[in-house]
Amino acid sequence: MPAPSEPSVRRRDGAAAHAPYRLPPRLFDARCRACWYSVAVIALVVASFASLDLQWAQFFSLEAARSMGRFVGEFFPPDLQPAFVQRVIAATWETLAMSALGTALAAVGGLALALPASRLHEDDPAPGRVSTRLLLNALRSVPELVWAALLLIAAGLGPFAGTLALAFHTAGVLGRLFAEAIENAPPGPGAALRGQGVGRLRVFLYATLPQVLPQLMSYTLYRWENNIRAAAVLGVVGAGGLGQMLAFHMGLFHMGKTATIIGAMLALVALVDGMSLAARRRLTR
Amino acid sequence: MKLVLQAVSARHPAARAGAAPALQGLTLEVAPGEQLAVIGPSGAGKTTLVQVLSCAMRPAAGHLHVEDVDPWTLPRRELQRLRGQLFLAPQVPPLPPRQRVVTSVLAGRLPALSLMASVRSLFYPSDIPAAHAALERFDLGDKLFERVDRLSGGERQRVGLARAFLAPARVWLVDEPLSALDPTRSRLALAALVDEARLRGVTMVATLHQVDRALDHFPRIVGLRDGRLAFDLRAADVTRERLAALYAQFEHELRGEAAAPDTHADAPPQPAPVVMHCR
Amino acid sequence: MNPTRTAPPARDPAWLGRLSWCAAALVVLWPLMHATEFRPWILFEARNLEVTGDFLASFFPPAHSAEFLAMAARETWRTVAIATAGLTLALAIAAPLTLLATSVLSVSALPGRMARGPFLLRQMVRWLLIVLRSVPELVWALVFVRVVGLGPTAGVLAIALTYGGMLGKVYAEILESGEPHATQTLLRNGSSRLQAFFFGLLPQNAAELTSYTVYRWECAIRSSVVLGFVGAGGLGQQMDNSMKMFNGGEVLTMLAIFVALVALADRVSAGLRRALG
Repeated sequence: MPAPSEPSVRRRDGAAAHAPYRLPPRLFDARCRACWYSVAVIALVVASFASLDLQWAQFFSLEAARSMGRFVGEFFPPDLQPAFVQRVIAATWETLAMSALGTALAAVGGLALALPASRLHEDDPAPGRVSTRLLLNALRSVPELVWAALLLIAAGLGPFAGTLALAFHTAGVLGRLFAEAIENAPPGPGAALRGQGVGRLRVFLYATLPQVLPQLMSYTLYRWENNIRAAAVLGVVGAGGLGQMLAFHMGLFHMGKTATIIGAMLALVALVDGMSLAARRRLTR
Repeated sequence: MKLVLQAVSARHPAARAGAAPALQGLTLEVAPGEQLAVIGPSGAGKTTLVQVLSCAMRPAAGHLHVEDVDPWTLPRRELQRLRGQLFLAPQVPPLPPRQRVVTSVLAGRLPALSLMASVRSLFYPSDIPAAHAALERFDLGDKLFERVDRLSGGERQRVGLARAFLAPARVWLVDEPLSALDPTRSRLALAALVDEARLRGVTMVATLHQVDRALDHFPRIVGLRDGRLAFDLRAADVTRERLAALYAQFEHELRGEAAAPDTHADAPPQPAPVVMHCR
Repeated sequence: MNPTRTAPPARDPAWLGRLSWCAAALVVLWPLMHATEFRPWILFEARNLEVTGDFLASFFPPAHSAEFLAMAARETWRTVAIATAGLTLALAIAAPLTLLATSVLSVSALPGRMARGPFLLRQMVRWLLIVLRSVPELVWALVFVRVVGLGPTAGVLAIALTYGGMLGKVYAEILESGEPHATQTLLRNGSSRLQAFFFGLLPQNAAELTSYTVYRWECAIRSSVVLGFVGAGGLGQQMDNSMKMFNGGEVLTMLAIFVALVALADRVSAGLRRALG
């Protein structure tokens, strides 16, 4: 029996009578790496659902649906009494200030760390690059909320801990981004100054920074958009702002007030997103 | 400052292994205060020569002596100080696009300024009259506070040359200073350079494609071909036959249709976008 | 050379502008510092320094007893499981919403402009995705903890809703950024929208869609740790407990495990994206 890849009959003039008969590829081929990855992913998903004790029955039963419905109903109408709204506005301002100041501090700190963490040119010895990069990684690996929980011990309850938490985490993020932007900057102006014997810091100030500054500011503004979301919820662990009000009222089951606070959060996020976009557009004018 | 090259060979840093070196066995001596022009077809090694003279590139073989000292044997600090005395103006003007002309020109003086003075100059230019005077010599006085990326290519090139006037250097090494300039401007710019160099007693080595300009302005002409010295004569002794021999197979460059500088090197490459995490 | 020398300008014209920007920044800075109670010196007050010093001292030695490490390993697996389950549900939420939101599958837009009805429907779905995305997952988690109680279910649901919104938006963008010709031809020749999706859009964009989903999985792991702080279980909840008891050694070990986990997830995600892309 000829193999499937060979023509089954050869006519006398040499042409094949039947075209090669091909089977479709197998669904799972032991040699294909992507197949094994897919299997691994499916196994991970199944194992996750199996190992977690998810209360599906409780969630999807009829009485659960009814209590969910009642719960959602308690959100409306949102509490709009003037005294409370005033406090929400104050908390909104506090959250906005936390995010803005935290991001600004992080930009300064990130820039200060980015210079030792980057190679200004190919043969730059850049002493301390590895350790500074490790520090930046440590700063950005810890999420803002964890930083806030840690800093509450040193700084006490309130927005100061939240600002510092945002500043530390974002300094790590921005420091890494700034360092990569510095390393990708066009080398010409820096090379000319170095050729004149100018030192590293001044080469950075006169040649590299003017070229990457718009990009750095763009990253900072983009990061502000993330930080306003983070600032809104940092208060849940006690770092002030809207988050602290939210945790407080939810703990007392004041769902109407909670709805107002969540609305304020959404409006604040939309406002900062808009401001950041407008500022970034103006930068690249 | 006296510059001496002895049997210098140098390779371009990006050259393929096994390719011929850009300079081969070059011997050249430049007296203090002398002005000379280096001419030759493309690929002759003119840019490499200027980079070796400015201590930007280390010779692979042979010796460079600046004031009878081999700079590559000096400790790093001395070498940095020496570099402050050697000013290199590359063919593509090394100006950050969003910087203002006044800051770019004043940056030429950085080797002579302290750190505090340099940083202060970033916030408020420390010597506006000097920058203005330098730019006036190149007919750019009104562009003092413009952004570099708002200038044309020729204007940017002249700003790069104006930087030399503020540098505390005793040697000017100028690579293709006229590539983006029209005939009138190129005559004026070269005249300004040469006159100022003579006034200050600065040693100047300029590489040029425009042979007629070189013959007009420089008393000494060095011809380079394939990395070797073809001739080293007074301008009066450079005959048409010698030029034809130098530019054999490159006649179009001799006629003045010089190859345009790397235009893609003019526009700085866009910084690569960086991935941001989780937002 | 210009024969008529003009006098050099007396002042830098940009100086006044720069000065006023600086002044404006300082004017804005003061109320910001006031609102955030920004008083760095209180970090160095005697009482605070003492508490900080004690807490930092308790970091060493990091907890490394066998039973603690076993517990930490279990909780790490739980964190990964919450993230994976949450992302899978997010996928289930995002898929139909994406199909509803993308205009490439619009039949009414084939001859020209989209009809009003379908357009409004698509806009509403897009708004739904925006709302899902904009509410921080912590807020969702707080709400769900009230409804289903403490435990991983709240975390899974919070991640599912927020990431569903994120995935939906990015999927829609990916689908719309590709070449629509193949899909529209299928629609023109009478195939249903789902058929056009499976035979046109999906093969075209599968690599990018998968790549983004895997990248989001890595973010979900970070989120899952953060959600633990409000009671959704996993490594985050344990860290919260240890911090409340000022047990620095346990906190340090768990932080180290978290950083290693995130780095590992980053590697796995990058490798997967390279293999599937």
